[in-house]
Amino acid sequence: MTPLTLCLLLSCGLFSVGLAAALTRGNAILVLLGVELMLNAANLNFIAFWRFSGGPASTGVVFVLFSLAVAAAEAAVGLALVIAVYRHQQSIRLQDAVRLKG
Amino acid sequence: MTPAAVPPDRWLELAPLQLRDWVTGFLPASLQWLATGLITIVAILAVFGLLFAYLTLAERKILGRIQNRPGPNRTGWFGLLQPFADGVKALTKEDVVPRQADPVLHYLAPVVLVALSLLGFAVIPFGRHLVAVELDAAVLYFFAAGAATELAIFMAGWASRNKYALLAAMRALAQLISYELPLLLAFVPVVMLAGTLSTTAIVAAQGGWTLGVLPHWFVLTPWGFAGFVIFMIAALAESNRSPFDLPEAESELIAGHLTEYSGFKYALFFMAEYFGMCALCGMAVTLFLGGWQAPCAALECIPSYAWFGAKLLTLLLGFIWIRATLPRLRMDQLTRLAWKFLVPLALINLGTAAFWSLTAGWTGGLQLVRWAVALALVAGPFVLLGRRLSRGVAPRVYRYASS
Amino acid sequence: MILALLLITLLILASAAVAMVLRNLIHSALLLVLSWCGIAAFYLWAGAEFVAFAQILVYVGAISMVVLFAVLLTRPARDAELSVPAVTVLRVAAGLMAAGMVASILGLAVLTTRFSGAATRAPQLTVKDLGALLAGPHAAALLVTGVILTVALLGAVLIAAPAPAPRPEDHS
Repeated sequence: MTPLTLCLLLSCGLFSVGLAAALTRGNAILVLLGVELMLNAANLNFIAFWRFSGGPASTGVVFVLFSLAVAAAEAAVGLALVIAVYRHQQSIRLQDAVRLKG
Repeated sequence: MTPAAVPPDRWLELAPLQLRDWVTGFLPASLQWLATGLITIVAILAVFGLLFAYLTLAERKILGRIQNRPGPNRTGWFGLLQPFADGVKALTKEDVVPRQADPVLHYLAPVVLVALSLLGFAVIPFGRHLVAVELDAAVLYFFAAGAATELAIFMAGWASRNKYALLAAMRALAQLISYELPLLLAFVPVVMLAGTLSTTAIVAAQGGWTLGVLPHWFVLTPWGFAGFVIFMIAALAESNRSPFDLPEAESELIAGHLTEYSGFKYALFFMAEYFGMCALCGMAVTLFLGGWQAPCAALECIPSYAWFGAKLLTLLLGFIWIRATLPRLRMDQLTRLAWKFLVPLALINLGTAAFWSLTAGWTGGLQLVRWAVALALVAGPFVLLGRRLSRGVAPRVYRYASS
Repeated sequence: MILALLLITLLILASAAVAMVLRNLIHSALLLVLSWCGIAAFYLWAGAEFVAFAQILVYVGAISMVVLFAVLLTRPARDAELSVPAVTVLRVAAGLMAAGMVASILGLAVLTTRFSGAATRAPQLTVKDLGALLAGPHAAALLVTGVILTVALLGAVLIAAPAPAPRPEDHS
């Protein structure tokens, strides 16, 4: 097995863990963290392909940098939404957030 | 450590490296890289461990002198053995862990904190050839390691299962996050002007003298001076030093997130605080005060690490002096200072640095214009913002105290 | 080389998986931080130094703090357990099955694909090159990212800030 395959399997595993968490856990914060893990898995792929492609292009690294910035923004807005939902519903279980109007 | 020969290499300059190579010479070649790394780590631990020990003593002595009392003077000659007595006391004290506490996290917090605060020393160039790890993104590494310490403080506060400890940890985090911003913004101009994130290259960019006496340190430029002051204020807050020692205001907030810590774990927190302080001061020396460069060409015969040590000690003594002079800030004053004063000034300083680097080619009379504009860009916002923020606050009237 | 990668893989996957199973939210968040550190170690292993430190700075320094604050701010009562209420078995089984299917399809795709030209040496990319790339060809993207970050942070503050309490003068 080449290192590249191992890297891709790692990111595949990480993506699945994130997906499983986002699908099974009812807590909004954990769902967000699962989404973060999936984002990280994608970043792992970018770096792995940059490392093993052998080409001169460094688009992978640049893309991961932008992805990090967007992930930070996503986490900030997502958790702010969680706090806002909590203020309305007194709960952060996603199943409880069923009303559109607080 | 790179033994790349730069011209003025005297015997003293290379002595630490030769000592290291002499020791590793006894080992087989395959183990030498490991031994070199270990010796570097042990040297950093020994030097800064001793510095930590004697810094606490110096702090108590100087604070005592400033407050008109002798300070510790019973253990050994002039109290010189006091740090070791303190160490023995901390080691033999009972280590109390609350029953409700989270045992793993309660144990991990001081360990993680000390480990992370030691990481920063790896990239600081202590001398011409003395840098443990040469990284291309060394400054980023330093601040990444510094940012991770916040996690340990949260762990300490939360694992104690004490509402005061938790509240104090949140307060400490709010302070650390607030001051991280001016700290990071203050060093960006240095990176802009030096054009690199590597600490050795930043020090090299500050080499040379005008007329042999005026060093080219960044602190001697308008933007560098402003950046240095902002950096030092933020460093004071980041290392929880007075006047920003709200996280563990021992006289009124029962030591904050350290409430439930005792014995050696408590000592570890203090060790981490002093290590963090030393690392931040070392970074300030590297970024603004020319690192290991001598102040004038004639003094280059003194080895570079001695210059680094002298500058570091000056900054540390300045910290102690500030602690003895200024009263503690309130939480709202603290965050207001960070967000409304330091962050805007640091952002404007970015513009000043950009102007400075764009006008690098100006000579003669234009040089005077360059200095005047840069000084105005630094002083103008400072005066305007300061006046605006202190409106209605100053001047203070002492109603009951007579002069 | 491969051994280090295997260790990093183990660290990332184990800490992430355990974090997602734990009931205590704070423990989950802290274990996830460990997982993010493992990802930074992977970047270091791959030779992307700058990205590794940026990952630590952003994830361990910033996002973890936001997560921990959010966990503490959304507790129903001071002494309430941080544990997450149980969800139905059906839901867990369905979720795990979906994730397992995705994993197996992805894994199969990875294992059966033949990748051309596996480079043995890491490509050299200094911070200076990266800076030139970001300020040159990718400058527009950089500016847009800055705008996104600013807007997102302002939006986050607006959403999370409590509705302004009525002022004393407004009683009339």
